[in-house]
Amino acid sequence: MADDRLFGRTLTPMTQRRLANFRANKRGYWSLWIFLGLFVLSLFAELIANDKPLVVQYDGAFYFPVVQSYPETTFGGVLRTEPDYADPAVKQLISAKGWALYPLIPYGLRTVDFWSREALPSAPSARHWLGTDDQGRDVLARLIYGFRISVLFGLALTLVSSVVGITAGALQGYFGGLFDLIFQRVIEIWQGIPRLYVLIIFASFVEPNFWWLLIILLFFHWMSLVSVVRAEFLRARNLDYARAALALGASDASIMYKHLLPNAMVAALTFLPFVLNSAITALTSLDFLGFGLPPGSASLGEVLAQGKSNLQAPWLGISGFLVLAVMLSLLIFIGEAVRDAFDPRKSMG
Amino acid sequence: MTQAPLLQVENLAIGFRSSAGDRVVVKGASFEIAPGETLALVGESGSGKSITALSVMQLLQYPPAFHPTGSVLFKGEEMIGAPDEKLRSIRGGEIAMIFQEPMTSLNPLHTIERQVSESLILHRGMNREAARARTLELLEKVGLRDAESRLGAYPHQLSGGQRQRVMIATALANEPSLLIADEPTTALDVTIQAQILALLKDLQAEMGMALLLITHDLGVVRKMSQRLCVMKDGEIVETGDTETVFAAPAHPYTKTLIDSEPRGRKEPAEEEAPVVLEASDVKVWFPIKAGVFRHTVGHVKAVDGISVSVREGETLGVVGESGSGKTTLGMALLRLQPSTGAIRFLDQDIADLKRNAMRPLRREIQIVFQDPFSSLSPRMSVGQIVEEGLMIHGLGEGSAERVQIVESVLEEVGLDPEARHRYPHEFSGGQRQRISIARALVLKPRLIVLDEPTSALDMTVQAQIVELLRGLQRAHGLAYVFISHDLKVVRALADDVLVMRNGQVMEFGPCDRVFDHPETDYTRALMTAAFDLEVAGTDAVSQ
Repeated sequence: MADDRLFGRTLTPMTQRRLANFRANKRGYWSLWIFLGLFVLSLFAELIANDKPLVVQYDGAFYFPVVQSYPETTFGGVLRTEPDYADPAVKQLISAKGWALYPLIPYGLRTVDFWSREALPSAPSARHWLGTDDQGRDVLARLIYGFRISVLFGLALTLVSSVVGITAGALQGYFGGLFDLIFQRVIEIWQGIPRLYVLIIFASFVEPNFWWLLIILLFFHWMSLVSVVRAEFLRARNLDYARAALALGASDASIMYKHLLPNAMVAALTFLPFVLNSAITALTSLDFLGFGLPPGSASLGEVLAQGKSNLQAPWLGISGFLVLAVMLSLLIFIGEAVRDAFDPRKSMG
Repeated sequence: MTQAPLLQVENLAIGFRSSAGDRVVVKGASFEIAPGETLALVGESGSGKSITALSVMQLLQYPPAFHPTGSVLFKGEEMIGAPDEKLRSIRGGEIAMIFQEPMTSLNPLHTIERQVSESLILHRGMNREAARARTLELLEKVGLRDAESRLGAYPHQLSGGQRQRVMIATALANEPSLLIADEPTTALDVTIQAQILALLKDLQAEMGMALLLITHDLGVVRKMSQRLCVMKDGEIVETGDTETVFAAPAHPYTKTLIDSEPRGRKEPAEEEAPVVLEASDVKVWFPIKAGVFRHTVGHVKAVDGISVSVREGETLGVVGESGSGKTTLGMALLRLQPSTGAIRFLDQDIADLKRNAMRPLRREIQIVFQDPFSSLSPRMSVGQIVEEGLMIHGLGEGSAERVQIVESVLEEVGLDPEARHRYPHEFSGGQRQRISIARALVLKPRLIVLDEPTSALDMTVQAQIVELLRGLQRAHGLAYVFISHDLKVVRALADDVLVMRNGQVMEFGPCDRVFDHPETDYTRALMTAAFDLEVAGTDAVSQ
């Protein structure tokens, strides 16, 4: 069979059936490719939306301002600092002795368009495809960077909270009894805490950055997988193969890792796209409230907040909403396809 | 045959449509049943006997199921393609069916009265009072004790045997002329099985209905049926009078089936062979807690003061009905279940050993479980499963040597060494059980606890596994603790037998003595039920 290897690993028939089931869900399958495409593109955001040219040919030599910084004097200017490539004067200097290739969107994350003559926030035009926000920054550029940081943050939070959650669930399910009982009550109380207020309080006494937010959100996010993994472990620890391993003399850790975890991972994996979704939503809502990423960072929540405070500029709110809606819908569709793929009624047949 | 047949199945084929193409699972089955007659449909799992019975009532899912050829005539009328209203009036009216698993075939949310009276109200248009009176009559007829007080009970409040009685009452409600019984006693204990079979026979004689009995158990066939059909791989390979077929089977498969009844006796172990395991006064009590402070108000005595000893090369059979504590005893002997009492393994006291101290001994004491489907990790290859024990105990120098050991063990249990690259779900039940045995055997243990190792297997496979276990015992001088409810297998394998009931020993002694001259009423009732399928000493057993 041509299809029985993936990344050089031989696939078991069960995995093959699962892959086939995943592909059979056309909507989820295409969502995955669209999402991956958008994500990979956004990883190269600096090459798509940047106020620095990609390549400059000046006086017979090539320069790459995107990756390296050059003083203005290189291009015959007077300043020893990096030039503002959007400045008509700089453009003129370069075009006198060569040419410059600008990215598709010639504005970076923080680029303020001083040369626009329109009132801020300005409406969509040929110059700014999705308009500018109230500080004169290009909305499209900010959305691209915002998408990237949302997904990266979501992935990081999902990864860390899954590791914590799966470990906690596994220990609870495997040891059961009093340990499980106490821990379950702790989780119930923890879940009862109004998380947004606590996050706001936390955010007010540390200077929030990417890593701080990750830690703060982790406090509440790790619980999402605990119950699934715990149930899986509770069930499987009494199955004969776990007892057989015990009879072989295997240690607790090795039974949990080798025999029980692979089964629990299936259940956990089905939930991951939804966990990712809620991680992104959590960051967006903090940003919207102004307790999220530091001022000036690209974030979808911040675009939405601008949309709220500038109702006369509907392009802000609408474009922010569309990006969020498309991203979250794609993830939900992928999640549905993953759930189909692992559905035992479909994959055992 | 002088009478016109009640049911006539002619060249019936059953197929299933799927995206991968059509699959025909029953090919040209033909049989007929006269009024009042019992026909047994015998076969192993996957032979197509159950779906043949279901298609008589047209109870399969159409599509994907379809009948390429054949006809099913009931009282001269064609069932295949009959209109739904007609089928509905026949189902539960003229033809009734009882299933194997009484727990899942009764609705857990309906009272007994509602289950039984439902078809009376549906088919006969009775009102509640009349239906209630008839329900009571039926429940008394099927021998449910205290029938009146049971009317309001829910299925979970009844035992397995009682639930099967309720199922039978439901089936008989409209005095069907044909009763289809699909493995009606497989899920029941032997003493209950004997009661249910006797009940079915009495009711059949009283009501004059025909019985289509589907079973894998040759003892039941012999006891109940006048004629039988043997099915294999979707085909009826032999049809005939029960007595004639048993006396002189014509088809080779029928011969194999009849020969696979466990037979032979174990050669006794050497008298002076060293004692491998000795346990005295083993107790496993589970506390019952009640009240706000969860104080212990009593104990469930799963194992209550049992002493055993096994010598090298010897097999101790532990028999008993479900709930008798035999599996718990096995787990306690393995130190997988906390217990009190002394357990000595090769003159070393292991009852109080800590887990780490116990680990080196785990090598010497192994276990094989009943269910070959849940006892192997589904995500590990056969090679990894068998090798795991070697890794834990640091046996075998390097992976090349371990692979060699694994291969030789797989060969010893009758599997292809190449099987180590495959996953458990690719194997049949019997092969999986061989893998389980290989996993135990690879550590070269002195003692293996076998917890119902043959109960989930087909007859012919069961015979092979019994042979394998015998051979391994001879070759390695293994000691077995063989836990089973199947007295025939125990008789063929064991030196000594321990009969358990409610956690206590009812009888203990050499195999031949206990089987041929049981001393207690309970053992006697158990033996009669298991070997003659007769009810004896009703006081000694429960309903």
